[in-house]
Amino acid sequence: MTDPIIQVKDLHKWYSGVHALKGVSLDINRGEALGLVGDNGAGKSTLINILSGLHRPDQGQILMDGRPVDIRNPKDAMGLGIETIYQYNSMVPIMSIARNLFIGREPLKFSLGGLGWLDLKRMREDSVAAIADVDLHLRSPDALVGELSGGQRQGVAIARAMHFRSKVMILDEPTNHLSVKETNKVIGFVRGLRDQGVTAIFISHNMHHVFACCDRVVAMALGQVVLDKRIGDTSIEEVQDVL
Amino acid sequence: MRRLLKLALQKPELAATLLLLLMVLFFQVRSGGVFLDYNNLRGILGFLPEMALVAIGVTLLMIAGEFDLSVGSVFALSPMTMAVLMVAGWSFWPAFLVALLACVVVGLLNGWLTIWFDIPSFITTLGMMFMARSMTVVVSGGFPPRLDFELIPEHLFVAYVGPGEMFRASFLWLVAIAVIVGMLLSRTNFGNWVRATGGFLPAAQAMGIPTHRVKLACFVICSVLAGLAGIIQVLRLGSPLPSLGMGYELQAVSAAVIGGTSLSGGIGSIIGGIIGATLIRVIDNGMVMSQIDGTWFQFAVGALTIFAVVGNAWLRKRGRAMKVETDPK
Repeated sequence: MTDPIIQVKDLHKWYSGVHALKGVSLDINRGEALGLVGDNGAGKSTLINILSGLHRPDQGQILMDGRPVDIRNPKDAMGLGIETIYQYNSMVPIMSIARNLFIGREPLKFSLGGLGWLDLKRMREDSVAAIADVDLHLRSPDALVGELSGGQRQGVAIARAMHFRSKVMILDEPTNHLSVKETNKVIGFVRGLRDQGVTAIFISHNMHHVFACCDRVVAMALGQVVLDKRIGDTSIEEVQDVL
Repeated sequence: MRRLLKLALQKPELAATLLLLLMVLFFQVRSGGVFLDYNNLRGILGFLPEMALVAIGVTLLMIAGEFDLSVGSVFALSPMTMAVLMVAGWSFWPAFLVALLACVVVGLLNGWLTIWFDIPSFITTLGMMFMARSMTVVVSGGFPPRLDFELIPEHLFVAYVGPGEMFRASFLWLVAIAVIVGMLLSRTNFGNWVRATGGFLPAAQAMGIPTHRVKLACFVICSVLAGLAGIIQVLRLGSPLPSLGMGYELQAVSAAVIGGTSLSGGIGSIIGGIIGATLIRVIDNGMVMSQIDGTWFQFAVGALTIFAVVGNAWLRKRGRAMKVETDPK
């Protein structure tokens, strides 16, 4: 099963003199759940920030479906179907669920030069449906995201990515600061993605979480990939040893 | 019922609305019924738009997460520019447009400096406050120019209109602009971006919102509204003084904050800012009408600002803590 949806080739990135990525190459296969692990400063975040359009690589190439792509900003990434759910949440706490779901991609009744009139009814209806699709039950689409628990927020973020039919979902430490019960819920979401054919990249410090929901684990250290194995062929101990 | 109450308690402008009603009632009783009579009301409504237009812009910008302390100076610079051009022989409309264009330039500069150099807008607009004030004096050449009222379409700005000649035309400007900016904020995708940008910048950026352009647009809108308000005041008074609008920058921040706008961005409403501005005007006027020593005006505005924010925080907390039954599913 080698049908890579994203291929990363010899990626380099320097941050003011620090060589954060030292020639990373990686194939991400269609429909798999890839666990990305590594210590702080290992280059995980740099890699994902490049894939999600927040930073640009200094050297190297990214291919999507075999074609080279240039991801200049988050909008480009989303346009390619790459959606990222960040550690510190990609939601605005003081805004409602319905408005958060459509930030930057609002359905408009009419528009002129990119600005236009919101279709609030559709936003509410679609957000209710999107949230129900990920088996999350919330009171109302008008509730503020700030009033949700950490797990519920990640659920809404995943619902948003699903609603926009993302092909690749990057989850950047989604289980940080969550209770055990909430963590299990998020792990459930990631398993659900695989069933729906969405490729997932799951970043975590916690090996147990990675082994609970991923097909393959990639470990990074000092800006390089140091281990790349299927979950069945390795163990938590082996991964921890190389880090 | 409880759900409605919960929603109402979480509305940021609730405390200000209650305070406004209370103050109006208080002054009405205190002044022996003079406060709400035709002539006085006419006076308040005639002056209100000038402050409220500034407050609308400042509120919008604060929701986007930035400050503008230069609005008071722009309030003077814009009519001064217009008057000087008219004295030089320009007709009204070109001079009016160039004056507003000057405001656009100030707004762009404020925004560009803040965003490009990544410094707090508090600093950039504080600097701009002094610079624009100085420019006003320079442009005037030291002598306040006199406007030739033959050339000015007064009926469009300050003439009394409406039933019983209750309002000045400026009040219609206020209503129209309040509706437009209010709708822009709550009913358009741009408004969604403004709130997201001020509410949580990293999320807005991660979702691909052009946050720089959103902020820049808010800086410009804020500046232009302040300039327009200044022009309206000068058309009412007859001659632009370089000292016009001094202290308005902080009164506008007060109005916004009293109306429930958060200093940290994201939270607030245009109607709240207008209610806040109205409250300040009501106190100013009500104190005179009920023969309270006018030197207490600033004290009252200050106390009110603090009280409104404390009250707002308390109401919001109560609203959030209020339990409502969830839909059985």
